[in-house]
Amino acid sequence: MGEKSFSIIGSYKSKKKVEKVANVIFTICALFAVLSVFSITIYMIISGTPAIFEVGLKEIIFGTVWRPTASEPSFGILYVILTSIVGTLLAIIIGVPIGVMTAVFLAETAPKSLAKIVKPAVELLAGIPSVVYGLLGILMLNPLIYKIEIAVFKDDPTHQFTGGSNLISAVLVLAIMILPTVINISESALKAVPVHYKQASLAMGATHIQTIFKVIIPAAKSGIVTAIVLGVGRAIGEAMAISLVAGNGANLPLPFNSVRFLTTAVVAEMSYAADTHKDVLFTIGLVLFAFIIIINLVLNKVMKGGEKNASS
Amino acid sequence: MKRKSLIALFLTLMLVAGVLSACSNDDAKKDNNTNTNTNTNDTPDNAEDKTDDKKEEPVAENLSGTITMSGSTSMEKLANAAAEAFMIENPDVTVTAEFIGSSGGVEAVIAGTVNIGNASRGLKDSEKEAGAIENVVAIDGIGVIVDKANTATNLTKDQLIAIYKGETNNWSQVGGPDQPIVVVGRESGSGTRGAFEEILDIEGAAAYSNEINSTGGVMAKVASTPGAIGYVSLDVIDDSVIAVSLEGVEPTSENIVAGNYFLSRPFVMATKGEISEQSDLVQAFFNYLKTDDGKTLIKNVGLIVVE
Repeated sequence: MGEKSFSIIGSYKSKKKVEKVANVIFTICALFAVLSVFSITIYMIISGTPAIFEVGLKEIIFGTVWRPTASEPSFGILYVILTSIVGTLLAIIIGVPIGVMTAVFLAETAPKSLAKIVKPAVELLAGIPSVVYGLLGILMLNPLIYKIEIAVFKDDPTHQFTGGSNLISAVLVLAIMILPTVINISESALKAVPVHYKQASLAMGATHIQTIFKVIIPAAKSGIVTAIVLGVGRAIGEAMAISLVAGNGANLPLPFNSVRFLTTAVVAEMSYAADTHKDVLFTIGLVLFAFIIIINLVLNKVMKGGEKNASS
Repeated sequence: MKRKSLIALFLTLMLVAGVLSACSNDDAKKDNNTNTNTNTNDTPDNAEDKTDDKKEEPVAENLSGTITMSGSTSMEKLANAAAEAFMIENPDVTVTAEFIGSSGGVEAVIAGTVNIGNASRGLKDSEKEAGAIENVVAIDGIGVIVDKANTATNLTKDQLIAIYKGETNNWSQVGGPDQPIVVVGRESGSGTRGAFEEILDIEGAAAYSNEINSTGGVMAKVASTPGAIGYVSLDVIDDSVIAVSLEGVEPTSENIVAGNYFLSRPFVMATKGEISEQSDLVQAFFNYLKTDDGKTLIKNVGLIVVE
């Protein structure tokens, strides 16, 4: 009763004042995010373009040799770009089926007691800092992959051994890291499927599994695609964990090669880079930025498409 | 419908902002780290300088003027640390340092455009004939490390070059166990990598399977990977790895100062004519490097003091 302005009997004037102030606060908050995006975009373009003119866009994007400090420097990042694409794709191929199945389990088939354990575990997985994934990768994954590497390339004298720091390790770490995103969003999408779809399917004599794969998952399709696109965003932007497990050699992304991602290329060399080298690192940042913009445009389209489906 | 697309747009913006701010945060953190590192390197010296300064003030005469240095990029850390410490001790003195490469620095000192030419190598005969004097102020030593279980603890220069070029890829070829060699190194731009490749003359030809952007990272990777080989600044080597002997010479400070360990290079501050012929200011600068403070400073930037 103390807050007079919020009471229904309060005067019209004071109510109007509160409304106005609140509106201004909301607008300022909204502008803050937009302002950040704009300033970052402008900054990235300003600092990323000089190297393009200096070295040449073709030399940077289609060059395969990364030798920034040699007497005749070469700034080719084709392998780095390919690694980011291939690595993210493979992580999605491994992570999405596991994630979607887990979501089905949580939304449909899980006994309550088991769901009570799995759900918090997934949430915890989302909260683990990426450097911890990286450290676990070094300590557990790398030695394991190295054993496989030795077994596979035992008699190959030309193979450069990576000690387990290679594309496979990076992809496995990324696949685990995108799980929480994929699981949580797919699960909400599955749960949002109207219950009469399921009832109708079961009434027609379909089994539970048939219903899941023929009715519920197709109905939640747009939500699952959103989950995948967000997973791609998470994977392509990750730097810390994979800089610890990928080996960071700028090589062709073959499974047992030491590879460098766009993010790790920037992170690894920024501290000592100077002049053109530093400018090219900003250009790599710009390429990554372009990738993320594209992913978000796709996401936007997907979400709009999903709305059309839902409203039709 | 409209509201939903607005929400979608907002979420997208949030995502972009989130991803980007994560990136920029990383960079910022990195920069901060390097800054704090150099600061922690300097602060103890500076603190000592200040206290010493107060005691010695009556004795030391007040110097003023400018010392100009030019030369090796590898000596950037040493030159900047020395310049800053010297300027704190003598507030009226300005020390400027440019980093244009060893040869450029020596050329500049011979031409008389700078007081001190920094070179991260011994001076060539031609440079000495032109009047440059080689004043070695510190020595940069690099240790080659392998994992604890490795039995190949002595390598020749040629073996080391072959390993880092990728020509030798099994330890059995250099007297070790039959296991593949995992070649670990630093990222391009690193001073240690620059020095290592320069001394072995394999600049741009090294085939790394792991490029790690910190000394600690190289140590950890080598310690935890059977068959790994890496290189780090000598002063950080500990019990978790084996420091390899090169050409039968152990990597100790004594061997390096004696000139027997080849993976080292002198840091030269060349002057035109002997130090005694230089201005009081330049003489004071060289004297400062020989004091205990100067020695601590050299050790703090990871170098070996020359007696």
